Amino acid sequence: MNTTELERRVDARLSRPHDSSDHDVNCPVSIHDMTVAYHRRPVLWDVDYAAHEGRLIGIVGPNGAGKSTLIKACLGLVPCASGSVRYYGRSYRSQRKLVGYVPQRESVDWDFPASALDVVTMGRYGRIPWCVPPSRRHKAVAMHCLEQVGMAEYARRQISKLSGGQQQRVFLARALAQDAGVYFMDEPFSGVDAATETAIVRLLHGLKDRGKTVLLVHHDLQTVTEYFDEIILLNMRIVASGPTKAVFTTENLQKTYGGRLTILEKAADAMARGEKQ
Amino acid sequence: MNRQRNEPNSHAAEAPADPIGGIRAKKSLPRLRPCAAVAFLAALSIAVASAAAAEDHPHGQRSITDTTLEWPSWVEFVRVLSLRDYNTRVVVLGTVLLGTAAGVVGTFAYLRKRALMGDALSHATLPGIAAVFLWLGSKDLPILIAGAAASGVLGVLAVIALRQVPRIRADAAIGIVLSVFFGAGMVLFSFVQQMRTGNEAGLQTFIYGKAAAMLQGDAVLIGACGLMVISVAAALFKEFRLVCFDQAFASASGFHVVFIDLIMMALVVLTTVVGLQAVGLILIVALLIIPAASARFWTDGLLVMTLLAALIGAVSGWLGSTFSALLPRLPTGAVIVMCAGLIFFVSMLLAPRRGVVASLMRRWMLQRKIGYQHLLRALVEREEMEGEDAAIELRRLLRARSWSPKILRRIIRRAVREGAVVRVGQDGLRLTTGGRVEATRILRNHRLWEMYLIRYADIAPSHVDRDADEVEHVLSEAIVRELERAMDAVVNVPPSPHLYEAR
Repeated sequence: MNTTELERRVDARLSRPHDSSDHDVNCPVSIHDMTVAYHRRPVLWDVDYAAHEGRLIGIVGPNGAGKSTLIKACLGLVPCASGSVRYYGRSYRSQRKLVGYVPQRESVDWDFPASALDVVTMGRYGRIPWCVPPSRRHKAVAMHCLEQVGMAEYARRQISKLSGGQQQRVFLARALAQDAGVYFMDEPFSGVDAATETAIVRLLHGLKDRGKTVLLVHHDLQTVTEYFDEIILLNMRIVASGPTKAVFTTENLQKTYGGRLTILEKAADAMARGEKQ
Repeated sequence: MNRQRNEPNSHAAEAPADPIGGIRAKKSLPRLRPCAAVAFLAALSIAVASAAAAEDHPHGQRSITDTTLEWPSWVEFVRVLSLRDYNTRVVVLGTVLLGTAAGVVGTFAYLRKRALMGDALSHATLPGIAAVFLWLGSKDLPILIAGAAASGVLGVLAVIALRQVPRIRADAAIGIVLSVFFGAGMVLFSFVQQMRTGNEAGLQTFIYGKAAAMLQGDAVLIGACGLMVISVAAALFKEFRLVCFDQAFASASGFHVVFIDLIMMALVVLTTVVGLQAVGLILIVALLIIPAASARFWTDGLLVMTLLAALIGAVSGWLGSTFSALLPRLPTGAVIVMCAGLIFFVSMLLAPRRGVVASLMRRWMLQRKIGYQHLLRALVEREEMEGEDAAIELRRLLRARSWSPKILRRIIRRAVREGAVVRVGQDGLRLTTGGRVEATRILRNHRLWEMYLIRYADIAPSHVDRDADEVEHVLSEAIVRELERAMDAVVNVPPSPHLYEAR
């Protein structure tokens, strides 16, 4: 599995597509000039960012700063009003298998008739052709991923009977099953118990050691310096980004959290109003 | 440990958004979706109403006051049940396949929370049917079905478009489209009836459903469409599962969610329009929802749920068409829905684990266990203070807790029967040796948990008793071991924290 992933990455570097002028092919995720709007109301302005390979990158910012939106826009789940995202210099469409995703736990109905193993197997679906059911090998991979998050004994349990932390681990195992190079995680630490939090941190370090890049929306400012190599401070635009030690300063935090960005917000409101008239 | 755990509860999350107050009564039903419950009740009441109304629509030469149903003879009964007629065979097979298809597609529509969309869709088919008939004067099933599908799809598009309008919620959009399209259909329908061409009566079957009115060719068409729906759903099982559970993840893993949704909707449309003649447009949605909702009670696996829903749909279809053949004046749709409704009620009550009876039993067993443990603990706590020989009178026990004399007597009867307690004298009680071992274990768990709460959860010693009371009865062996480790507890019973407090 790793060889194919490596080959793909090498391929991506060798075959430079013509629109790669702004995007570095060595860069796992590069965001160029991205603006995202909901109902014509901009929530992200001119985001420019390039991630380094093999880092844990925290996306930090207040509520409504557009953290989830940034992730969703990178994954093509919400349309960009302008700008582009490239993975190793190529578009998301051609690199889909390189990108893994952990959505917010609350985004699904956990009463769905599925076992933990069923959900983790979904991580393999992207590699299985249409109309073909997952093979035994795919299920074995899924089981292995469940083991990695310490959930093997719960494989057959219905997902609504798992605790919040266990559900979060199932989601992480599903992302592992995707066997991606770049991971986007939307608040995996929210509402989990201490044991799950340590398990997740251990897992993240495992991913990093294998050269994966992880972008993770995070809420808890106290653990930022402990968990992340780099951070993005976000509040509708990127306030600062780079190595945690350099960026995680009182001044930058004040810029991110303190005071609403009145002018940006007024402009957004004006645009929303203008659309209605 | 004292972090608040965010338990996902889809029901609670959905309920406030739903303006219909009736669903609150359904809260005790574990995982029944509010919309499904409402649709189900509505469908059932319509089924009853149309079964009653059928008697007011006499066909043929009978007088208006003649409301008797013609009961079939035994010979007829056996003929239909044994499928001896070729025609009966074809019709039954057609409806069985239809029911199966509806069960399969309904499972996905139900899980995708699109079940009520099916209702809007089926009601929106009426103007199409009436318009095609007015325009072409044809009563050929394929042509009518094409008309039904066209206006049904139009209805669905209208719902989707209305939802884009600010301040119109999904339920309002569905309600508006459903009633407006149905109203338009009724208006067109009255023109049809004014035409007096003599053959407009056949259209009535599209509203109430009449399997017996099916021609052989119709049944073959229905069966073929049913088979097609089933095979498409089987082929796309993986994709449907993924989209129903987590559409964002599906999209991120490279699946075209809109395309998959479109296929799913197309299957719902196809099932609905071919089923109109047999089930009727008012009730066809029940055939989509009820088998899926019933099947959910029996299983936690999607494949089993789908197969069960298919089976329930098939059985309902079979019974419905059989009854329709035996009693031609009975609306098939109503019979099918009544069968499905019966299966639903049985499932809801009797399903193991998720059923109402099972969950009541569980609650009752737990309460019994709690009462029993409370009694033993009260006794052993008395012994701790007064020595082992002291027998304890009932009235003192009564004061120890807020339990009624009746309940306490019942608990004591059980404890005596199990040999944990013996009666002493007229009103006294004493633990047996075996009972004391059990009681000590219970007391120990209680104290461990109390100490844990005081030390780690910052609960005041004066309040800890009540909190411990609720949890200690469900502590598993593994948790007790963990507590022991956390509290460095020795083997014997830790002293009561309330005594510390008193000192």
